[in-house]
Amino acid sequence: MMSFYRIKAVMVKEIRQLSRDRITFGMVVMIPLIQLLLFGYAINTDVRQIPIAVVDQSQSTAGRVITESVKVTQVVNVVRHFATAEEAEQAIKQGVVRAALILPQDLTQRMVQNRVLGQWIVDGSDTMISSAILALQSMPLTDFDFDIRPKTVKTFEVVLFYNPSRRSAVNIVPGLLGVILTMTMILFTSTAIVRERERGNLELLITTPISPMELMIAKIVPYIFVGLVQVFIILGLGHWIFDVPINGSVAQILFGTLLFISASLSLGLMISTLAKNQLQAMQMTIFILLPSILLSGFMFPYEGMPETAQWISEALPATHFMRLIRGVVLREADLIDLWRDTLWLACFTVVGLFVAAARFKKTLD
Amino acid sequence: MTEFVIEAVNVVKKFGDFTAIENVTLRVPKGCIYGFLGPNGCGKSTMIRVLTGLLSPTSGDITVLGLSMPKQAESLRLKIGYMTQKFSLYDDLSVQENMQFMGQIFGMGSKALSLRINEQLMTYGLDSIRQQRVAGMSGGQRQRLSLACATMHNPELLFLDEPTSAVDPQNRREFWEQLFELSAQGTTILVTTHYMDEAERCHRLAVMESGIIRADGEPDALMRDMGVNIVEVNSPDLRALKKKLLATKAVRSAAQLGVRLRVLIYQDIADPIQWLKTTFPELAQAEMNLARPSLEDVFVCVTGEGRQ
Repeated sequence: MMSFYRIKAVMVKEIRQLSRDRITFGMVVMIPLIQLLLFGYAINTDVRQIPIAVVDQSQSTAGRVITESVKVTQVVNVVRHFATAEEAEQAIKQGVVRAALILPQDLTQRMVQNRVLGQWIVDGSDTMISSAILALQSMPLTDFDFDIRPKTVKTFEVVLFYNPSRRSAVNIVPGLLGVILTMTMILFTSTAIVRERERGNLELLITTPISPMELMIAKIVPYIFVGLVQVFIILGLGHWIFDVPINGSVAQILFGTLLFISASLSLGLMISTLAKNQLQAMQMTIFILLPSILLSGFMFPYEGMPETAQWISEALPATHFMRLIRGVVLREADLIDLWRDTLWLACFTVVGLFVAAARFKKTLD
Repeated sequence: MTEFVIEAVNVVKKFGDFTAIENVTLRVPKGCIYGFLGPNGCGKSTMIRVLTGLLSPTSGDITVLGLSMPKQAESLRLKIGYMTQKFSLYDDLSVQENMQFMGQIFGMGSKALSLRINEQLMTYGLDSIRQQRVAGMSGGQRQRLSLACATMHNPELLFLDEPTSAVDPQNRREFWEQLFELSAQGTTILVTTHYMDEAERCHRLAVMESGIIRADGEPDALMRDMGVNIVEVNSPDLRALKKKLLATKAVRSAAQLGVRLRVLIYQDIADPIQWLKTTFPELAQAEMNLARPSLEDVFVCVTGEGRQ
């Protein structure tokens, strides 16, 4: 028989302990705050102001105009001028500039003949930078050459939905919700049982009539509220500071995150029943956290991963939440549209709770 | 016929190759304070854990309060109180909050609970520090709180694992007063200790050594049936004398107590003082008298074999 009275007793105890643990309490607020600001500002996939060099062998007005129009795109920042291509290559090698624009002597002639005007040499090691420069490949020259050069005809028109201005914060902030919740939720509960063991409370606790399932439920419920506070901080700040649109309904967002919080908490509890001490619990948390950041689709799109990585990715609750929350927040989808991920998170929670309860033995054997 | 609260027959508990409890048989009558006396690591705590169902025995039959262990351990939980060797309440909760928690876990309703908390606070002298967090409390206060929490739900049977190892003699005395009070109300208490004076207070006692019960019975009976007489010798150069005495077959043991040597001599020697005087000429003039046996003597007598 499940006793809600006993569950309540443990919950009240947990909340009291949590509210007296200043550092943990601080982490609840500071982790989302700091991570949000860091990721929101630092992780920016719209590359701007790449330092480049210009080698203008034509020394003509056209050359200067082209250099100017490249500058105004704000993608690059001209920091050096060289006379030869060799010097520019050397500068790239030394890392002074990431790319160089070489305009040949016969620039004016090429313009008239409608040939390629110049060449970019690019440090291609960072794919993000190379694609930013590649985008300049067919840039129009605004000032003067439209009359002479025919417009290039696009094969397709592309319409960007949901994030037309292509700001990465729009994609990162909801994703960040998944990463931060993974980190804090698993961390809090993974130490929940081991802490009782380490402090010597467990031996007493297991001589009381509390059942494993009651204990597990009571251990996760207080942290659900902690998780909701974090959701509020991240989405609220994301909305006010980074202008992330909240398109979906609040109820959908709330229910989706509740599912993920519960799934993460029960994963943390499973860790807690496996770990021998708090250090081990912490290490196992990192073990889950790293793939949750790298493989969940937060940093790199799921579609680009090799199949094996996709399997691992599918096993992580964070992946399913990433899809769910981006869908709801940005695309106004609802949990029914994304029923596979919704169902998966719900199942994970239930299975996790049962596994944790089954692993928690009320004996010292 | 006496009613037994705990009946354990031929209990064996092994951890891998190590045998922590070797074929122990134990019967604890209702309402008595039963002591386990033994050195550290002799299996006292293991025995308590086996009796409470926290550890399953390798073999043997255990019945506690009519419930078979470890099968019916869950039903037993409501009827017993347990005070662990290491303090196991929550440091970051206050006295009252700890008691509240334990009471609620044992399913006490809020009205009954607040009455009981007040009652317990008074009984154990914790009233003035009810709001204080446990973290800053002294050993004696912690111990009283532990007992208060363990008895919140009026258990029929109380297990105390070295309850007084962290408190001063004054607190220890008061603690035993409270145990006798509980015992008078009908609670059966099983307590482990390595203090002789504490063991002497128990109604019944089992002396344990390396997993075996070497002797058990009432403390007085144990002292009476030791099979040795005790002579206290006051003479110069006790160290050398002790060596000489120990080499003699009739001497069970000898231990120095300040300026005297306490010598345990087997009872087949009818007049031990005379015997000492004749066997050891240097003692002819020494001051010697018979002493009342103590539990320490019992302990030394029954456990010596394993160590020599």
